[in-house]
Amino acid sequence: MGNIIQLNSVNKWFGDFHVLKDINFEVSEKEKVVICGPSGSGKSTLIRCINRLEEHQKGEIIVDGMALDENTKNISAIRSEVGMVFQQFNLFPHLSILENCTLAQIWVKKKTKKESETLAMDYLKKVQIEDQALKFPGQLSGGQQQRAAIARALCMEPKIMLFDEPTSALDPEMIKEVLDVMVDLAKGGMTMCVVTHEMGFAKEVADRVVFMDEGNIVEAKKTNDFFQNPENERTKLFLSQIL
Amino acid sequence: MNVLNFIRKKFFSSPIDAFLTLSIGYLIYLTIPPLINWTLIDATFSGNTKKDCVAGGACWVFVKMWFNRFLYGLYPNEEIWRINLAFSILIISIVVYRFLNPKFKRYLFIFLVLPFPILSLMIFSGGFLGLAPVDTREWGGLFLTLVISIFAIIFCFPLGILLAMGRRSNLPVIKYFSIGFIEFWRGVPLITVLFMAGVMFPLLLPSGTNLDKLVRVIIAITLFEAAYMAEVIRGGLQAVGRGQYDASKAIGMGYWKSHIFIVLPQALKLVIPGIANTFIALFKDTPLVFVVGLLEILGMVNLAKTNPYWLGMATEGYVFVAFVYWIFCFAMSRYSLSIEEKLKTTN
Repeated sequence: MGNIIQLNSVNKWFGDFHVLKDINFEVSEKEKVVICGPSGSGKSTLIRCINRLEEHQKGEIIVDGMALDENTKNISAIRSEVGMVFQQFNLFPHLSILENCTLAQIWVKKKTKKESETLAMDYLKKVQIEDQALKFPGQLSGGQQQRAAIARALCMEPKIMLFDEPTSALDPEMIKEVLDVMVDLAKGGMTMCVVTHEMGFAKEVADRVVFMDEGNIVEAKKTNDFFQNPENERTKLFLSQIL
Repeated sequence: MNVLNFIRKKFFSSPIDAFLTLSIGYLIYLTIPPLINWTLIDATFSGNTKKDCVAGGACWVFVKMWFNRFLYGLYPNEEIWRINLAFSILIISIVVYRFLNPKFKRYLFIFLVLPFPILSLMIFSGGFLGLAPVDTREWGGLFLTLVISIFAIIFCFPLGILLAMGRRSNLPVIKYFSIGFIEFWRGVPLITVLFMAGVMFPLLLPSGTNLDKLVRVIIAITLFEAAYMAEVIRGGLQAVGRGQYDASKAIGMGYWKSHIFIVLPQALKLVIPGIANTFIALFKDTPLVFVVGLLEILGMVNLAKTNPYWLGMATEGYVFVAFVYWIFCFAMSRYSLSIEEKLKTTN
């Protein structure tokens, strides 16, 4: 089985700052990968490169057989297959939760309003906020907003889901409700790439854990191996601090 | 006792307060009663000529006798019904608009913004279906004020949006064109722009071609105000968080879709006060069209006050014009507030 995401010696700079240094990284279909590491290590930038919210300057990124480059058509094709969930939710505040979920279905996938609303309600039910569908994002709690954001991404029926620290902006009591949704999604067989500090989540669902520091992938291993036999000193230090 | 207490607390709580209260009270006493005397009590309302005004107050007979001219300029009396018709349709539509369901609202809105103004212009100019042609030189008064400002508002708004987006574009040609355009039009006074449009521009055209002076003036005001509008809207675009761009890109929406559905609705909502400000400023800039010989309401008053039978009526005329301008500007201001209120969602 081929890799659905393939990064070959990817380099990225923000001005003089070398954020990603020769990154080789791959995710196979249905695989769940957790990326962790200290802040500023480049992990968010790495997953933002996968749907080209950030452009890399060197190396190649291939998503579902399509190379990411200057070709615009390619990019919208890739983005429609890659869902993304952000730390700050980024729901559209001027639209209701339901409209948040139907907008791109209608205008990008050219579905009818009725079709897209049915699908949206299905996913809102799955994340257990179907009763909030007609409210605006500002009227929901953080946990509900993040679940709505997950539903919005799922409505595009992506092959891959990227999560950029999905629980970091949440109050502790709301983290679980979001993680539960993500665990369900993982069990449903979604390919997932998750940047998170939730090591419990990593142990429960991840097939592999990747540790990044200063723009390098320091260590990438099967989950059990990663937690039981970390090799690199930097990884050991990180794990001792976070666990 | 309560009232006395209230007055003491609110107006005389300290020596400075007491002093301010008394001086402002004295100022009001000095100005307001004479003003009421002049505008109402000593004013003359009935009569047909200046000679009827003997009471010493305002001579509203002047405004009464010139009323149609102030409203319609030199538009032929027997054709004034066309203007009344078009503006009645406009007012009725706006009233009806409130009570329509969203679908019809959209249709009516599109009708009012595009076909209706053009249709009205055709009716005003005539020359078809047996309507006598009326040259734009005869248009004037409040009618002309409204024609110029409504058209300039309709055109400068979308142009301002495009310029604001252009200025933030990554494409150098579009970006620097927008910057150049905005900085040029903001850098020149409107009066010179109008002069160029009215007097110089025809000289540059190949002989034989003729673009109506009113059209040239509307284009000039549109371009001028679009530059201001662009900067107001750019402020709104900058206030929309990066996350909103990221999220709309991430669900597969390109530049135009992101802007139309996500960014602009939020940005425009943020800058409604600035947009209303620009529209009001535009409305109040219209008297400057006198430099190319077009006489809107203030121009008509200036004309009337020099009429030998009505000399010395400048004050009445200007007070009347100020009152009319104030009504329209105040209405625009209240309308923008009501839109703000309606679009308020909890964020």
